[in-house]
Parts: sequence; structure tokens; C-alpha cells
Amino acid sequence: MSNYVINHLKELESEAIFVIREIAAQFENPALLFSGGKDSILLTHLAKKAFFPAKIPFPLIHIDTGHNFPETIAFRDELVEKLGVKLIVGSVQEAIDEGRVKEETGADASRNSLQIVSLLDTLEAHKVDAAMGGARRDEEKARAKERFFSHRDEFGQWDPKNQRPELWNLFNGRKNYGEHFRVFPISNWTEMDVWEYIKSEDIELPSLYFTHQRECVVRDGVILANSEFIKLKENETVTNMTIRYRTCGDMPITGAVESEADTLEKIIEEIATTRTTERGGRADDKRAETAMEDRKKQGYF
Amino acid sequence: MKYQDIELLRFTTAGSVDDGKSTLIGRLLYDSKSIFQDQLDAVEKSSKTKGFDYVDLSLLTDGLKSEREQGITIDVAYRYFATPKRKFIIADTPGHIQYTRNMVTGASTANLAIILIDARKGMLEQTHRHAFIASLLRIPHAIVCVNKMDLVDYSEEVYDTIVSDFNAFSSKLGINDIQFIPISALNGDNVVNRSDNMDWYHGSTLMYHLETVHISSDHNLIDCRFPIQSVIRPHTLDNQDYRGFAGRIDGGVFKPGDKVKSLPSGFISTIKTIELNGEQIQEAFAPMSVTMTLEDEIDNSRGDMIVRENNVPVISQDLEVLVTWMSTKPIGSRTKVIIRHTTNESVGMIKEIKYKIDINTLHRIENIDRIEMNDIARMSIRTAKPIFYDSYKKNRQTGSIIIIDEQTNETIGAGMII
Repeated sequence: MSNYVINHLKELESEAIFVIREIAAQFENPALLFSGGKDSILLTHLAKKAFFPAKIPFPLIHIDTGHNFPETIAFRDELVEKLGVKLIVGSVQEAIDEGRVKEETGADASRNSLQIVSLLDTLEAHKVDAAMGGARRDEEKARAKERFFSHRDEFGQWDPKNQRPELWNLFNGRKNYGEHFRVFPISNWTEMDVWEYIKSEDIELPSLYFTHQRECVVRDGVILANSEFIKLKENETVTNMTIRYRTCGDMPITGAVESEADTLEKIIEEIATTRTTERGGRADDKRAETAMEDRKKQGYF
Repeated sequence: MKYQDIELLRFTTAGSVDDGKSTLIGRLLYDSKSIFQDQLDAVEKSSKTKGFDYVDLSLLTDGLKSEREQGITIDVAYRYFATPKRKFIIADTPGHIQYTRNMVTGASTANLAIILIDARKGMLEQTHRHAFIASLLRIPHAIVCVNKMDLVDYSEEVYDTIVSDFNAFSSKLGINDIQFIPISALNGDNVVNRSDNMDWYHGSTLMYHLETVHISSDHNLIDCRFPIQSVIRPHTLDNQDYRGFAGRIDGGVFKPGDKVKSLPSGFISTIKTIELNGEQIQEAFAPMSVTMTLEDEIDNSRGDMIVRENNVPVISQDLEVLVTWMSTKPIGSRTKVIIRHTTNESVGMIKEIKYKIDINTLHRIENIDRIEMNDIARMSIRTAKPIFYDSYKKNRQTGSIIIIDEQTNETIGAGMII
């Protein structure tokens, strides 16, 4: 009998659910970092499956930069309501107001790296010992070296050269006082896997991922949404474009793609033929060759 | 391209410094169109900055700052690509001696190992090590790629000599399925496309082999093993009496109606349902994550195991283990450690280190009192409570343990139960 095979999406699902259940079993105060993007929506869906018919036994944490798409916030609130799960919001605006972080200035200013402070503050305030996120190894070269269970020292820092080896499906979440873990259950998924799975499971997504009309500015080849958070440079003009998003970060730094894809089928078709990575439009990754590695070492997600 | 209903193959690549491993991976990604334009642009830009004459595809795989500076791979890096036939996960591990632990890590989840040999150099000490680790970790399939064939004029003789050298060595190892392929990763010969330069080679290309190697019997489908991760109790009005056992199947095939035994209690019951997210599953097998309910109320908890009544694993506090040491801190006999096995954890004591293995000659070195980082040694371990295990040979999941340092909580050893 050679029929005892599951397809790659089922195998990835099974692996992710195993990891999510390990987190719930091995830690006292786990939480799911919810950005409102498709990967964290997928992760929330997998967490629901892992514990059904019980509710998800940990809260969602959202770090609100104040620069979010309004669609993201509306979607978040609806999802939390539907699942009956607790939501914790960490505010970057508050951190700025209280003077704990200083806002960047200039036209390319972004709140991306300011998130680190709010994130670490929120984790500490709620004594979170395992923060799970929807990061994937195929996204970025520093993430390709991440473990499923990624150890952080008492300052929240990642030491890529001193990571715990991970063998078979034996995950070691033991830690000393003050240390915590970041855990990445969908490490082995690619962008295509995520979309294929979203389609096969019929998972609801924010409207941003589908084609829509929006006022945009093209800056350094990246299509950015015009909003109150973006300062126009000289010679920049606002045009109405037909776009959609492949990832979902802050409004001033997330690049859109011109697209007419209005269904999951069309999105998958588009990704299969596209020639740039989904983070190709993320200004935060373009600051230096090792921008992601540097931010991760400091405690970025 | 249609990506649904394809299988997942995990493979590991081991190679020495400069034998073209990164180039081979770059080639597989490039020829399967898994590299995006912005990644390629970034690599071209860095190649130019470094003053190289050609685009260095190895820059695609070296992710960390210090790796790029030193031009070596430090850690296991995971790469992904897919063809219409399969999805692949590559565990790309460095080949130098101090990174045995990374090779073991990458090999622990692999269905297949690619072992690279430089055609000009033939078998090296490192090749012995790579082949030994593949056999030790019981990777079911191996492909030996004799690379840089372009630099030996595509000589059949050179290739044949390497094949027979390798066979002479590997006959001692017991790898079941070994394929040999002459390639040039740089020029693409026999990687994705057949080579015009080697008429004498009648076998398949590397990609064809990766896409077609039979992997459905890589999991144990005979001995039913279901370690419990947690107990699901919703405590809601609709599900007041619901008690589901959450876990991932490690072996065998479970069906509703099966008579099962629960360890360590020994209670017998019948499977009521196997489900996930409320959907009923008729047959569950490795590596599926499921929730199981039983007809009788049995007080199971994390670390317990559900098996078939007439096919139980070994239940014992004494383990004989082949261990790869992963810590910079050496260890001797009579050391207290923590043992993690499936979803179970126990305090343990390293009772005796019997011998270590010289991984280049496979000779045993006896009468040793301690082992160091990257050593592979046979030891006896006594656990504080019974462990339900199979030999690693029978089941890679229920036959493996990790050893954890009680003070630092770091993973310091990986063990395969004999």
C-alpha cells in the first residue's frame, strides 16, 4: 500500500499545528503576534484548528504603529470577536508620546524600527514567555537561518551564531528567568504555499489583498498609498491606480503592485508568474543588505 | 503551474569547502525558476562590489553578515523550491569539521541526502564524514553527485573510480538507496538538463531523481504510536464532556474503532473519533496532526502514548544511545541531564560512555572518560521515569532523544536509541 501519503499543504499544516500545540504545552504565557497580514491570519486559523473545539488558549498581540491601514484594524477586530479570543494592543504612538522612542523625521521616515520598543514593552508587561509569529524562512535571507523555537536573551536579542540545534520534532523551550522565545510555526511555508492553503481552506482576508482603486505615489519605483502619514517630496504627484498588496505592513512603507486580481485564483496565477519577491516592495528591508538581520538581533519580529 | 496535491521532499546537502555546494543549490533554484529578479539583482550587485567576474550564486544562500564577510556558511539554512511534481525543502549545512552538529541537525528531518564530491579531488575525509552522518541519521535515500566533471574533461574513468571508492567505503555503512550522478553545477550538466558532454552516462538527472524518488514508505506504517501533546477540554456548554487527545502520529495507521492501549497506565479502550477542526478522519498515519477521542474516560496527559494493544514499544528507564555531542562544554559519565523524548521529558543520568567513533575510519575508540563537541559516542542513560521507545532503526521519531543541560537549558546532545 503506498496510499498513505499526504500532500505538501497537509504536511505543512500538520507540522505547524504540532508546533503551535508544543508552544501551548511548553510555555506559561504564550501569545500570537498578530500584524493583520495574511501570514498572521493564516497562523490564527491554524491555531483555531489546533485546539478545536476549545478556543485558542492564548491572546493575540497587535503592535499598533498608528500607521496601519484602516482595513487591517477593522479586520482584526472582527476576527477577534468571531474567535472569542483576547486581544492585547501595544501602541507605538503611546511610546512616542511618553518619550520612550523618538520618531524618525524626513520624507522616508518610518515607524518600523520603533515597533521593537513597543513590542518588547508589551511582551514584558504581559509576561509573555513565547511570542509566536507568522515569519517564514523564504521571506528574507536572515530569516532563512531562524529556528522554529528561537531563543531570546533577557534583552530580547537574537544571537544568530549561538542558536539551539533543532532535531527531529523535538523542540526545546526550556529557558532561564527573564528569557523568552519567538516561535515560528509556519517557518517552512513559501508565499505560494500560503496562498494555496488560504484558497483550499477558504480563509477570509482583508480587502487590501485584492484589486482596488487607490490614490498612490510612486517613490523609488515603489507604489505607496497616499495617506496622512506620508510626506510628499517635490515633483511627486498623486495618481489614481488599480493596485493590490502582497504583504501588509505600515501604510507609508508597504509597496503595492498594479494588479487586477480580484479572486484567490487570479492572485495565485499572478504569483506563479511574478519575478519579484513579496518583500521586494518593503522599504524597511532596503535600508542595508543586512537590514533585517540587524533589526532581528535587536528584538524585531 | 499547479502546486496542489504534490508531495514534500526534504533533503540535506553536505559538501566540503569549495566543492560547489552553494553553486549547486543556486543552480537548482535558478533552473527551477525559484529565484526572483530582485534577489538576482541583489546578488549581481554584491558580486560586482566584491570585484567578481561572474555572478556568485552562492551569495543567494549565505544569509548572515559574518558569513558574507568570511565567505563561509555557519549555520543550517533552509531553502525552498517547487516544480510541478514536488515541493522541496533544502537543509543547507556547512561541511567543515566543527559543524558536525549542524549536519546532524539538517539530516534529522531529511528524506534524502545529497553528498557532493569534487571530481578532481575524489573521496576526502569529509566525504567519509558526510556519508557516515547520512547513515547514522538513517536518511532513507542518498545521491552522490560527482561535481566539477567539466574540470576532468567529463572523464568516465575518473567518475568510475570515485564510484567504486565510495561503494567500498559505504558498504560498511548500510545506506539502502544510493544513486551516483556525474554533474557540473557551474555549467548545469545533469542537474536539471541532461548533459551533452557525457554520452557514457545513462542514468537520470539530479532533478529527475529528486522528483521521482519513492518516499511514501519513508514513514513507519506498521507500529502504531501516538504521543499525546496535550488534552483538549473546551469547558463550554456545548462540549462539557469533550476530552480530546491532541498529537501527531509517529507511526502506524489508526482508525476509529481500533482497540488501543494507553501508556503508561496500560488501560485499554477503543478509538471513538479521530478529527481535526471538527472534520472526521477515517485513517490517520504519520506525520498527521490530529485530535483523538476514546470511548472510555481515561486520564491521559502530555507525555503519555496511545498504541495498539498487541504492539507496544519498549518501556524502560535504561537507554542505549548513539549520541552526537553538540555543546562546547565536554561531558563525562555520572552527569545529570534532562532527556526529551517525543512529548515526554525526564531527568536522566549519563551512566557510562562506552566508546566514541572515529568518523573518518569508523573505528571505535574505547576507554574514554569524556566526550567533546562534534564527537559521536555510544552511552548508557538511565531515566527517572520509564520512556516508551522504539529503536531509531525502526522509527526515527520514537527512537530519538535530545539531551538538555540542566543549568543552561541548552540542547547539548542528540541521541539515536539502539
